[in-house]
Amino acid sequence: MNKGESMKINLNNKEVSMAGESFSVRELLNLMHFTFPMIVVKINSRLVKKEDYERVFIGDGDNVEAIHLISGG
Amino acid sequence: MKSKLEKLKGTCIGIAGCGGLGSNCAMALARAGVGTLVIADFDTVTLENLNRQYYFREQVGQKKVLALQENIKKVNPDIDVQVHDVHLGPDEVVHIFKNCQVIIEAFDLADMKLMIIETISERFPDKFIIAGSGLAGYGANNALRTRRLGNLFICGDETSEVSETLPPLAPRVGVVAALQANQALEIVMDDMAPTIGDDVWDE
Repeated sequence: MNKGESMKINLNNKEVSMAGESFSVRELLNLMHFTFPMIVVKINSRLVKKEDYERVFIGDGDNVEAIHLISGG
Repeated sequence: MKSKLEKLKGTCIGIAGCGGLGSNCAMALARAGVGTLVIADFDTVTLENLNRQYYFREQVGQKKVLALQENIKKVNPDIDVQVHDVHLGPDEVVHIFKNCQVIIEAFDLADMKLMIIETISERFPDKFIIAGSGLAGYGANNALRTRRLGNLFICGDETSEVSETLPPLAPRVGVVAALQANQALEIVMDDMAPTIGDDVWDE
C-alpha cells in the first residue's frame, strides 16, 4: 500500500478515513478490531464469504457492513 | 388488520435450531397464526434446557423437534408443523427450507450461524433470514435491537457471548426470540420486498 494515498469508506454507517488505497477484508477487520471469530461482512450489500476475506478488497467509496456473530441461542 | 393476519395462514417460515431461540420463536409465530412452520434440530431436551427453552419436565429425553411440534399443536392443532430431526449443513439447509419465505437462524454456535447466512445468501438471495447474535446474561434491555443488512436481519446485542459466567437465561433469550418472530411478522404482513442483487461476492 502507498503511504501517500488515502481512502474513505463507509463502515457501519460511519465515514472512516484510511491511509492506503485498498485493504483486503481480513486487513480491514484486523484494523477495526473485530475480535470475535465469526463476522457477517457485506460490501455494497453483497456478502463476502469467510473463505474469501483474503482475496476480496475494499476500495475508496465502498459501503462496508460488519457485524459480529456471537454464540448463544 | 384482519386481512394482514389472514396472510400469515398462507405463510411458511423455517426455524433452524429448536433451542432457546428456536423453541420460543416457534411458539410466538404459532400463536400469531403462521400456517406452516418447518422446524429442524438434531438434539434432545435436557433438564438444563428448561431455564429458557419452551419445553416441559415430562419432555426431558424427547427429540426437540417432536416435543416442540407437540407444544405447537397444543396451542393450535391446525398449524402444519414439518419436523426434521437432522444435523443441518449447507445441503440440508437448501433442501429443508426451500419452500420457506423467511428463515429464522436459531443455532447456538457462531460458526453455524455464519454457515446458514452464507448458504441462504448464496442459494436463495431472495429469501429473508433473521439471525440472533448476543443474548447471554441479564439486564441491559435497550442493548437488544435489530439491524438490517439487505435481506438479513440480526437481532441481539452483538456482544454478549454465552460462557460459564454469562449463561443464557429465559428473559434475554426470550426477548431476542420475540424480536426475530416480530421481524418475521413485519416481513410477511407488510409484504416487504427482498433487496435485489443482494447476494454473495463472486469474482
